[in-house]
This record gives sequence, structure tokens and C-alpha cells, in this order.
Amino acid sequence: MDRPGGEVLLDVRGVTKRFGGLVANKDVSFQVGAGELVGIIGPNGAGKSTLFDLLTGFQPADAGEVLLDGRRITRLRPDEISRLGVARTFQKLKPFTQMTVLENVMVGAFQKTADPARARSQALDALERVGLADKAEAHARVLSTGQRKRLELARALATQPRLLLLDEVTGGVDLRSIPGLVALVRELNAAGTALVVIEHNMAVIMDVSRRIVALHLGEVIADGPPAVVGRDPRVVEAYLGQAYVR
Amino acid sequence: MPRALTLTTGLVGLALLLAFPLVFTLPYPRDVMIRIFLYAMLATAWNVLAGYCGQISLGHAVFFGTGAYTSTVLVKTLGLTPWAGMLVGAALAVALSQLIGYPVFRLRGHYFAIATIAVGEIVQTLMINWDWAGGARGLFIPIDRTGSLIAFQFRDKQVYYYIALGILLLALWVTRRIERSRTGYYFRAIREDQDAAASLGIPVARYKQRAMAVSAALTALGGTFYAQYILFIDPESVLPLSLSILICLIAVLGGVGTLWGPLIGAAILVPLGEMTRIYLGGTGKAIDLVIYGFLIMVISVIQPGGVMALAQRGRRRTG
Repeated sequence: MDRPGGEVLLDVRGVTKRFGGLVANKDVSFQVGAGELVGIIGPNGAGKSTLFDLLTGFQPADAGEVLLDGRRITRLRPDEISRLGVARTFQKLKPFTQMTVLENVMVGAFQKTADPARARSQALDALERVGLADKAEAHARVLSTGQRKRLELARALATQPRLLLLDEVTGGVDLRSIPGLVALVRELNAAGTALVVIEHNMAVIMDVSRRIVALHLGEVIADGPPAVVGRDPRVVEAYLGQAYVR
Repeated sequence: MPRALTLTTGLVGLALLLAFPLVFTLPYPRDVMIRIFLYAMLATAWNVLAGYCGQISLGHAVFFGTGAYTSTVLVKTLGLTPWAGMLVGAALAVALSQLIGYPVFRLRGHYFAIATIAVGEIVQTLMINWDWAGGARGLFIPIDRTGSLIAFQFRDKQVYYYIALGILLLALWVTRRIERSRTGYYFRAIREDQDAAASLGIPVARYKQRAMAVSAALTALGGTFYAQYILFIDPESVLPLSLSILICLIAVLGGVGTLWGPLIGAAILVPLGEMTRIYLGGTGKAIDLVIYGFLIMVISVIQPGGVMALAQRGRRRTG
């Protein structure tokens, strides 16, 4: 397996998760280096979102462990993991619909400051970065899916994470918004945030990632640079299909 | 509304409320106002937990009863002034709320509400059978015929009026402070989506406990006030499920999760209850509840956000 250069930020070691008879994640191991951008691909039901739930404490793992900066975070609660610098978005978006866009993001910003004025200015910065500043006073419930994705991203960013887990950046987003979101992901990574991105849009993920981890039926079937993983026969068979290679 | 106008409206409103007992000197209108303040204050306290933090409690009579019983038992056994008893009651209500909250907050949504009903019933049953604390017969507060500040008893309703208004203003002030702080944002985030809230680093359970503590403490203050105002308490008057439900109805009618909603709800429901009692005769006890129920149905069909949302909608249309 290909090891990332530099220091390891996230170390996933043999993580397994069962739901009754279904094995959602089976002995999953991979590492994410500080400042790295890793893509996770795999067909529906491969265990990608479950993996995020295990990494962020929303589900307990049945076996294996997760280390952040060498510290075990496997048994921690989601809020504790968040305060250690790991932020995430959800595949099924969870905006605070009765609050304004700005208030949504302020909730994230409050992690680092208790001062409402400071949280407000940090939230506005985050909204600026995702291109949603003009919607700051709008209610979250009136946003389109693409805007909600941006909102959730801004909210996660406002916690000033070291590691950001994005569950489907482009899913459900209109085509015109995709280039902007991709540019944003690149920009965040360039600014030093490590990212793990689940993505179904192959053009996007192959382009943006430095490394790809492919999951199939809960197992890691490939881990390496996009060019290598994209030609891996098991990945092609399980997910991409022959058309992709040609 | 511009800031200056809001401030002026507030000050004029306060001046009118302060002048009311000077104009209306008969006991009855003062009594109605005192009841409005008391129920508005209880609904405001409930609103901190249910309206802002989204945890619908139908067991708040427990904290009301805690306030009423604590100060009463302390004045009877130790001769402690009810003012001190009020603070002890609030502290005890906080302790009790944390004890109740620990297991009950593991439940979400409807299950939480049902569990709080169960807790309320348990506490009422315990008090009915606890003879030392009066049992089903209840407790009389020792009468101080002259009336004094220390004894928290007054011959004139005017003093009760100002005390009730003071407690209501305290509850509104606390709510305002919370609303504008990080805690207020966290409460609302928890109400909207617990998972999203946790993913942003909010210790959800701890903040729910905090909302419960504030809510319980304020509710207990109302309990002591009630005991000193009526001078008799029993499990049927200070611990019934119907009280818990009434508190909830008032806030829902006025608008949950808003600062002024509970006050508006009380200003509508309390006089309505009085009117139905007067015009529908001595057996009106059930009739006024039928009317409450009808009102709630109307509100939930037309405008689930309560009167406050209705007012905001109207303002948007005209403005």
C-alpha cells in the first residue's frame, strides 16, 4: 500500500462495523497525512458513509481503532472529535432550517470563541469563502440543494478544522455549481486543511485527489494515486466498468 | 422596528403595567393580572427548555411543586423566610432537574415528552403519600395577620402584583441573555438537529441539562410565589399534569422559541379561562379546557408558530 509522505494525521487501523449480518466495514485500514487530500470511491453500499460515521464517533466500531495525531479517538463522542479538529458534512444534509444562514455558520464558529461578535465575523468569512455571503440573512430552509451543501461546508469550516471529511461534494448539485465547489475544495487543501472526500463524480475525484481509497462491500480494494487506482482491475470490475478504462 | 421605537414601546408598556394597580384598586382585576404574570413566567421558563432547546417537557409541574413545597416546609419547620425558601427551592429544583435529565435525555422527541409525564405522575403520587409533607391533605402556610415583607405575606394584592411582575421580568431577562449568547445558539442548534449540532462540537447532553436547570430554577420561583399568594398547597394544586399541560399550551399559543410568545399566550389564555369560568358556570372547569383545546387546534392548523408568527406574517405583509 502507498503510504503518504510526511506526518500521519489520521490513522485508521483495521476498523470493522457490522449491522446484524451485514458487514458495512471490514478491516478497513488507511492513513491520511497532514495537509493531504484523499478521495474515497466505491459503489453504493460500499460502506463509505458508515466509515465517516466511525471516524467521527457517530457509530461505534466493532473492532479496530482510529488515531488522530497518534491519539486514540475510537471511543470518543462526536462533539469531542469535532473539538479535536475533525469536521464533517453529511450525505443527507442537516441544515438548521429555522435559523438564518449566518446563524447556522455562527454555531460552528462558536466552537473557538464564545463572543457573538467574533463568531459573527468568522462566520461571515466562512460564508465568503464558500460564496454564500449574499445569502447570510436568508433562512436556511429557502436554500437550494447546492446552496445547502455550501452552507454545510461553511458551517464545518467555521470550526477551523485540521481534517475535513466531505460526504459527496457534488451529489445533487446542479452542473454549473460543480466547478466552483471543486475549486473551493482545492483552495481549502492548498490552505493546509487535510481532506477526505467521498465522491461519485469520477472526473472530479480523479482530478482533485492525490490519493484514492477504493471500497467495495466494506473492504479496501485499492489505495494509491488516481492513475493507478483507476486502472486497478478490481476497481474497474467493482465500480468503474470497462467503459471507464477505454 | 427601529431600536428607539422598540425601546419606547417597552418603556411605555412597563409604565402602564406599573400604573395598573394604582388605577384598578379592586382585588379581582389585580388577581387576573397576577395570574397572567405567573403563568407567563412559567411559560417563559418552560420555553427555555422546550422552545429554544426543543425538549418538550410535560412534567414541569414537578419544579413548580418543588418551589412551593420547599419554601412551605422550610417556613413551617424552621421558620425560614419564604424568600430564602424560594432560593433553596430553586436550588433543589436544579438538582432534581439534573437527576431527572440524566436518564430522560437519552430519549428523543415524543419519547422524551412521555417520560416527563411519567416523572410528573410519580412525583405527584409520592407527595400524596408523604404524610410528613402534608400528604393528600396539603399544607397551610402559617398566616401572618399583619403581613410583612419577611413573611412574604401581604394584606394588599398590590405588593403581590409587583412581585409577580418582577419575577416575570427576571424570567424574560434571563431568556434574553441566553438568546443572544453562545448558549442560545447551541440550544437552537440542538432543537434543529442533534447530529449536526454534535458534529460542530456541541456537547449536546450537557447543554440540554443546562437548559433544564435554568428552566427548572425559574419554574420553582413561580411555585414559591404561588404558595405565598394562595397560602395553601396540595399535590392536586401544585403538581398536577394539567398544570404542566397548561404551561405548554400557553407557550404554544403565544409562540414557542420566541421571547414574547409566552407572555402573549398568557395574556390571552388566562383571561379566557376566567371568562369561561364566569359565564359557563361553576362546572366550567372542563368547558374552559375544551375551549383551550379548540384554540390549540385552530392555532396548529392556521399558524403552528403561534400568535408571534401570525404577527410577524402580518408585519411582513403590511411592511
